[in-house]
Amino acid sequence: MTPGIESAYAKRKIAARAATVASSAAVVLALAPLVAIFLHVAVRGVRALSVSFFTEPVGARGAGMANAVFGTIQLVLLASAMGIPLGIAGGLYLSECRHTRLARAVRFCADVLAGVPSILVGVAVYAVVVVRMKQFSAFAGAAALAIVMLPLVVRTTDVLARAVPDSLREAALALGATRWRTAIFVVLRTAAPGIRSGCMLAVARVCGETAPLLFTAYNNRFFNDSLFDPTSTLQVQIFTYTMTPNEDWHAQAWAAALVLVAIVVVLDVLARRLVERKEVA
Amino acid sequence: MTESIDSIRLRAARPLEAEPVKMRATSLSAWFGDKRALSNISMPLVERKVTAVIGPSGCGKSTFIRCLNRMHEVVAGARVSGDVLLDGKSIYAPDVDPVRVRRRVGMVFQKPNPFPTMSIRDNVLAGLRLSGIEPPDEDALVEEVLGQVALWDEVKDSLDRPGGELSGGQQQRLCIARCLALEPEVVLMDEPCSSLDPVATAKIEELIHDLRDRYTIVVVTHSMQQAARVSDYTAFFYLGELVEYDHADVIFTKPSDPRTEDYITGRFG
Repeated sequence: MTPGIESAYAKRKIAARAATVASSAAVVLALAPLVAIFLHVAVRGVRALSVSFFTEPVGARGAGMANAVFGTIQLVLLASAMGIPLGIAGGLYLSECRHTRLARAVRFCADVLAGVPSILVGVAVYAVVVVRMKQFSAFAGAAALAIVMLPLVVRTTDVLARAVPDSLREAALALGATRWRTAIFVVLRTAAPGIRSGCMLAVARVCGETAPLLFTAYNNRFFNDSLFDPTSTLQVQIFTYTMTPNEDWHAQAWAAALVLVAIVVVLDVLARRLVERKEVA
Repeated sequence: MTESIDSIRLRAARPLEAEPVKMRATSLSAWFGDKRALSNISMPLVERKVTAVIGPSGCGKSTFIRCLNRMHEVVAGARVSGDVLLDGKSIYAPDVDPVRVRRRVGMVFQKPNPFPTMSIRDNVLAGLRLSGIEPPDEDALVEEVLGQVALWDEVKDSLDRPGGELSGGQQQRLCIARCLALEPEVVLMDEPCSSLDPVATAKIEELIHDLRDRYTIVVVTHSMQQAARVSDYTAFFYLGELVEYDHADVIFTKPSDPRTEDYITGRFG
């Protein structure tokens, strides 16, 4: 045997061990803030949670945030209904027609849009929708959130659809499928699990967006079932309450933060269930 | 090299154009961007016979068969000149929809490519469903085509399992079944056995043998033994040109072009 090989092997073993330790440490370090935030929110939030939080609208002492919970869910669902189908369709176009000039232009715009600060999106929607309707509204808020979601969904769909091997596209085309049927029934279906996760991330992201709502959905102390009235959301309510010196309201804000996190988790679980059931059928 | 008396006699006894022709390439050339992959190919594909296309890597074999169902143009920058006739009609005529050509001229690829998200059953039916057709009796169709590719007995209890769980050879037979479910007239096979082991290869070859009564088959292959075993006619391609086309036994016993002889005797390629 070559003389130096034993010591070289020992050295490599040490290096491998060191790399494992270092990357494990990095994982712990990266997860620490998440766990810390989650625990902190949970502890502070649970204390302020009560039944009335979910039954009473925003108000003085003892009141809840029922209208804000409702508003957040309403806005996020509406934004998803606008942003996700449009984003998936756009991403699929980018992937399947990737060499066209339009695709290049759209991809560039999507990248730029992803970099636009979300408060600017709020201002833009304010100018286009709110000013014209002369009214803050849930619709305007949802539109702003949808615009924030759009580049995220487009980009994930584009990347994941492109990762679908060409051999599957060719298989479908050779079976006499048209290009759009190939895109929908083969490409989209194959990439679906990843796109689902991407959409969930986009939803989670807008669940926490506050800035675009300040100029669009604004806020409302009361329940409203109209899409065309100002609407309260947990995000804006947290912002409003945190800005006050009122201890009670601070506690309420913590509770709202906890509920917001819970909504994201529930949405995620629901989406998973939905997709799994579809795959079985 | 001059032609031997034997081969001339062989040729005279069996003229090449005596049988009905299903498809015919006429002065067919193909490009990828500026790179010419095929030049001026003219040859017939005889109805309900197996035609093998042989030649070294990069000689244009795959490009040639991809021109026969208009799959060549799917690649960005690819183009074609010349013509291909199917039952005497051009498949490159401006009013011809490539989608319809591909339904009549099916294709099996080098690497088995069943749809991973679909069950075995759905894979078989995929071609019809992708065309928006609901077959009247799906179960009967699935059983029939899986039977044709000798896969039925192996998978009849697991039709709802994903197609990707099958072995490589089974996947390839599933892909052939998927192609046959559309009742094509011509079946193009692009090195269907190159990623399979010898046992699976033997099964596919047997299958090609069984299918020749119903379909016009074109097989691209690297293996000269395979071409000799399965084909009635053989075309030898070299550097994008058709060097020789003849009855398989003529190609493998008395080729008239020295390049063919060099290739089949293993002097190059």
